[in-house]
Amino acid sequence: MQSALFDYTLRLGDTSLIIGHRLSEWCGHGPVLEQDIALINIALDLVGQAKSFLEYAGEVEGKERDADTLAYRRLEREFRNVLLSEQPNEDFAFTIVRQFLFDAFQYPFYQRLTQSKDAQIAAIAEKSLKEVTYHLRFSSEWMIRLGDGTAESKAKMQTALNELWMFTGELFEMNETDEMLIKEGIAVDLNEIKPLWEQRVSSILEEATLTQPTTTWMQSGGKKGIHTEYLGYILAEMQYLPRAYPDAKW
Amino acid sequence: MANLTKEELFQAKIDAEIKIEPKDWMPEAYRKTLIRQISQHAHSEIIGMLPEGNWISRAPSLRRKVALLAKVQDEAGHGLYLYSAAETLGVDRADLMNDLVTGKAKYSSIFNYPTLTWADMGAIGWLVDGAAIMNQVPLCRCSYGPYARAMVRVCKEESFHQRQGYEIMMTLSNGTPEQKAMAQDALNRWWWPSIMMFGPSDADSSHSAQSMAWKIKRFSNDELRQRFVDATVSQAEYLGLTLPDKDLKWNEERGSYDFGAIDWDEFWNVVKGNGPCNRQRIKARQKAEENGKWVKEAAMAYAEKRRKRQQKIKTQEAAKAA
Repeated sequence: MQSALFDYTLRLGDTSLIIGHRLSEWCGHGPVLEQDIALINIALDLVGQAKSFLEYAGEVEGKERDADTLAYRRLEREFRNVLLSEQPNEDFAFTIVRQFLFDAFQYPFYQRLTQSKDAQIAAIAEKSLKEVTYHLRFSSEWMIRLGDGTAESKAKMQTALNELWMFTGELFEMNETDEMLIKEGIAVDLNEIKPLWEQRVSSILEEATLTQPTTTWMQSGGKKGIHTEYLGYILAEMQYLPRAYPDAKW
Repeated sequence: MANLTKEELFQAKIDAEIKIEPKDWMPEAYRKTLIRQISQHAHSEIIGMLPEGNWISRAPSLRRKVALLAKVQDEAGHGLYLYSAAETLGVDRADLMNDLVTGKAKYSSIFNYPTLTWADMGAIGWLVDGAAIMNQVPLCRCSYGPYARAMVRVCKEESFHQRQGYEIMMTLSNGTPEQKAMAQDALNRWWWPSIMMFGPSDADSSHSAQSMAWKIKRFSNDELRQRFVDATVSQAEYLGLTLPDKDLKWNEERGSYDFGAIDWDEFWNVVKGNGPCNRQRIKARQKAEENGKWVKEAAMAYAEKRRKRQQKIKTQEAAKAA
């Protein structure tokens, strides 16, 4: 049970951390100053959520690893984030599509997670839900604006959607961890989230005049620690100081 | 007051510490000076995001990552208030931005130095934000209302940033020998550029006298520089770090520290575009503008489509009602 709970909280923490890290790469380079600020806001929320989940993961594990140790001293294969979260920013279209596909999942997911029998997880979900509500509004608005903007913006959005689609299946994948924790009333049954996600995605895509990809082959692996090549570079950069100076405190 | 000319009335207001507001009459030179100064200040905030943004992905703990992100976000916010303040003088943000990316506009030269280690995040917060505060606190009383009010907000956040930077320096100075060396190295590299931030010496400062009369400026460059040096010496001592100036010593008579000669050659070279990162900073802004172009066009196209659709609905409703 404890090891399932550790795995589950790591998955939530790692996913928020990695997508937050990706968004933070925009800082100072956003397309418009106001959007730069908005992306940093979302990055700040996500890194904050990651910190809460990883802190708790460390407590659950009971080996005196705190959030920083978990974030900065684990290797690629130990990370449990979904593959969607580590995909590169590419351009603003990719970033918005990635964020929207993710937010459309996070929103109903956190709604359910507030009912978790694990009080700590429920509390983090409660706080995160408020943030995610705003994230979803932001990314939905930009999906529509860019999808239904110019021919150029529509083409960029459609490309991003087509390329990222294969990473959405993993959002709903469940393994032994989920099964065990669902029984305990701690985890969310992702089968219940899927129709809510599909409904949201198809209605926003319709408004955005974008076409839902028909590819059904989905990538998988993040939840088991099998990642895309991108994660290694993210970690190399992120973890460089704590690894170069193992005894230092920052 | 009836016999005063517009110019005299304007100066009388300034002398009486009454703020000049956007719709008030003002001399063209006053307007131009303010547009130049406020937009340079706004550009400095935006360019200033880059050297610190350089370390966000490598911040060594989650707390540091969040704090640095928030700080750089504040700088974007400062840029926004300042562009808005400049717009009250009848210029357009898009034109100002264009001046920046085409190299026509200037920004604070300090941001043309590279951030080479994590300790630079501490040194920038402590010294660069510290020098900025010294410059900016008097601007909260600047004669132009919108600028003065923007600066009140900016200064509050800057002083928070300065404490944050000093705290990074403190952690490093009390850390491992490597961390302490990293802090000293950052201080060595940032000290001189920081005291150059106050601008050329009073004798060589082209805009100073008029700006003082208009109360845009309250203290001279050299006065502010001296205050900064005096305030910083004990802070460095407390950290156990050494300021890289062998001529620095307390002058009993003046009640201030004497300090060594500033390398103005270096200063003017960096101003003229020969600093280590001038090209790279402008390139980063150019790239952001280029990459943002399609986004802005799409947002405008969408807003226009929406407006037309809503208009159509209204017309249909009106037709139904009739």
